[in-house]
Amino acid sequence: MRVVLAEDLFLLRDGLVRLLEAYDFEIAAAVESGPELARALAELDPDVAVVDVRLPPTHTDEGLQCALRARRDRPGFPVLVLSQHVEQLYARELLADGSGGVGYLLKDRVFDAEQFVDAVRRVAAGGTAMDPQVIQQLLSRRAADDRPLARLTPREREVLELMAQGRSNAAIAGQLVVTERAIAKHTSNIFAKLDLEVSDDDNRRVLAVLAYLDQGR
Amino acid sequence: MTLPRRSARLFAMNTNTKSGPLATRARAVAVAAGRGFVLTLVSLPGAVLGFTLSLLSIALVPLGIGVLTTPWVLTRVRAFADWRRALAQRWGGIPIPSAYRPVPEGANPWSRTYAMLRDPATWRDLRWLQVDMTAGYVTALLPVVLFVYPLEGLAVAAGLWRPLSTWGGYWYGFVHVTDQSSAFGAGALALVLLTLTPLAPRMLATHFQLTRAVLGASQAELAERVRVLTETRRDAVDTSAAELRRIERDLHDGAQARLVAMGMDLGTIEMLMDKDPAQAKQLLSQARQSSVDALAELRELVRGIHPPVLAERGLGDAVRALALRLPLPTEVTVELDGRAEAPVESAAYFAVSEVLTNAVKHSGADRVWIDLHHAEGRLRVTVTDNGKGGAAIGAGSGLAGVERRLGTFDGVLAVSSPAGGPTMVTMEIPCALS
Repeated sequence: MRVVLAEDLFLLRDGLVRLLEAYDFEIAAAVESGPELARALAELDPDVAVVDVRLPPTHTDEGLQCALRARRDRPGFPVLVLSQHVEQLYARELLADGSGGVGYLLKDRVFDAEQFVDAVRRVAAGGTAMDPQVIQQLLSRRAADDRPLARLTPREREVLELMAQGRSNAAIAGQLVVTERAIAKHTSNIFAKLDLEVSDDDNRRVLAVLAYLDQGR
Repeated sequence: MTLPRRSARLFAMNTNTKSGPLATRARAVAVAAGRGFVLTLVSLPGAVLGFTLSLLSIALVPLGIGVLTTPWVLTRVRAFADWRRALAQRWGGIPIPSAYRPVPEGANPWSRTYAMLRDPATWRDLRWLQVDMTAGYVTALLPVVLFVYPLEGLAVAAGLWRPLSTWGGYWYGFVHVTDQSSAFGAGALALVLLTLTPLAPRMLATHFQLTRAVLGASQAELAERVRVLTETRRDAVDTSAAELRRIERDLHDGAQARLVAMGMDLGTIEMLMDKDPAQAKQLLSQARQSSVDALAELRELVRGIHPPVLAERGLGDAVRALALRLPLPTEVTVELDGRAEAPVESAAYFAVSEVLTNAVKHSGADRVWIDLHHAEGRLRVTVTDNGKGGAAIGAGSGLAGVERRLGTFDGVLAVSSPAGGPTMVTMEIPCALS
């Protein structure tokens, strides 16, 4: 799997290259600025891009804009955005086009190599990887005035949280140490309580949950 | 052939140099008379009307009606005064800076009335209106008289005395005109007066100087301005010093301590690696958690110093991002074409943040509206909630802090929060967008 990586801090870029190579990714290019990233995305046609939000020369949200542009040109192009801070505002912009293949994670998530690599693979395959912090913020905002959400059991809430992050039933089962069948049951309960349409497609399921959590604002 | 032409040219030059200043002076006198005439037409009725309405309106404030009319009347008086300032600049070359304290547009009539009446410039306007309808009127009238009266005298001598003295004679100055010889007397007086006519432009200048003397900022106001600046500067220095102390303490007790713990853990892990791999592994996860916590703390700290969205996207999106973090449904409207300077953006952001915190904590509201726009060289931010009202500057609300923060930028804060709500907080900062 060919990856284009954009990160301006040498230490982090170097670490990410080594980490991804250790998990058998091929680094097509590791660049350090917005213009270089745009060129690499256009010329190298990678399978997935891992991009820092803030990049030179402007040191504003150049990386994010680059990623959004790439997805406008090529709908569904897989992009995993990394940042020192996560904002619902940015998450919403990344999810706005409704197609999958989007990730938005705190840089800290790199510490857990297994999970990080899993997120990269999921995004490359057209799935979603949302940072737990984004999901928690969404949930805490919705919780204040949302009745259906209040009807969920604590366990169901836990499952919902992991589901919104983009995890598959198998991954959720693994994390909560229960069978996949149990998770499937929780999932259908959650969809029934929130009055959402059940879908077998993992990614469509995630997007439905995210849309539900983000609605009305 | 060449000689006459040259002399002709010389002659032309001569007339130019001789009649040039005279023509210019005559024109200056005529222009001064014309301007004086316009001023006499405007100053007396304008000043009398403005003064009467202001007095009436202010007198009616205790009855309540005045609260509605005063801002309207005083705004027009200010426009009138500003127009006269502009005339003084354009016609007299005398700059008179206009220095009214900003009045928040969206505030309720009562706080606008109060703000305007508290402004010394309002009382200065009222003093000026009285001067303008008396001395101002006379100094504007004099250039007209100096121009018209001598011409009238000459016209009388030339024959105008006949129709004028039909009914028992006509007085020109102290000359009683009844026949041609006394008319010549009037003409002689007119010639004497004509020597005073060149003073007309100077009289007009006197009018504008008088305007400046009354309408310009006084020494006391400058002293007041210095006092305010000193105060806001001290506040700014105090605030930033306190901020630095808080940051230092947070770093010392937080991230720094966690990094020390991490370093110790790593040392222990190195030692345990061979002896007790199981415990080493446990310590490793502990060290990782420490690094995660340290990062989370640093992230919060950075957000408190300068929020990353503000740096990346500017004020509009930073406030949108802030609204998304609120537990209340919030509507944000932004009309900014450009970015303000970084310190202004930062001050506005933290002011909004504080006002929102207040709304969430005290108002009991279930909806908030935020409006940001830039007009007439000011950034205006309005935060409205549908809560129970009763918010006030001071009373431990944190709004006093916001007012101090904005004061550094000559910004103002107005709170309208009747019991029962809604609460509307308006903030204005003079600034330019780029």
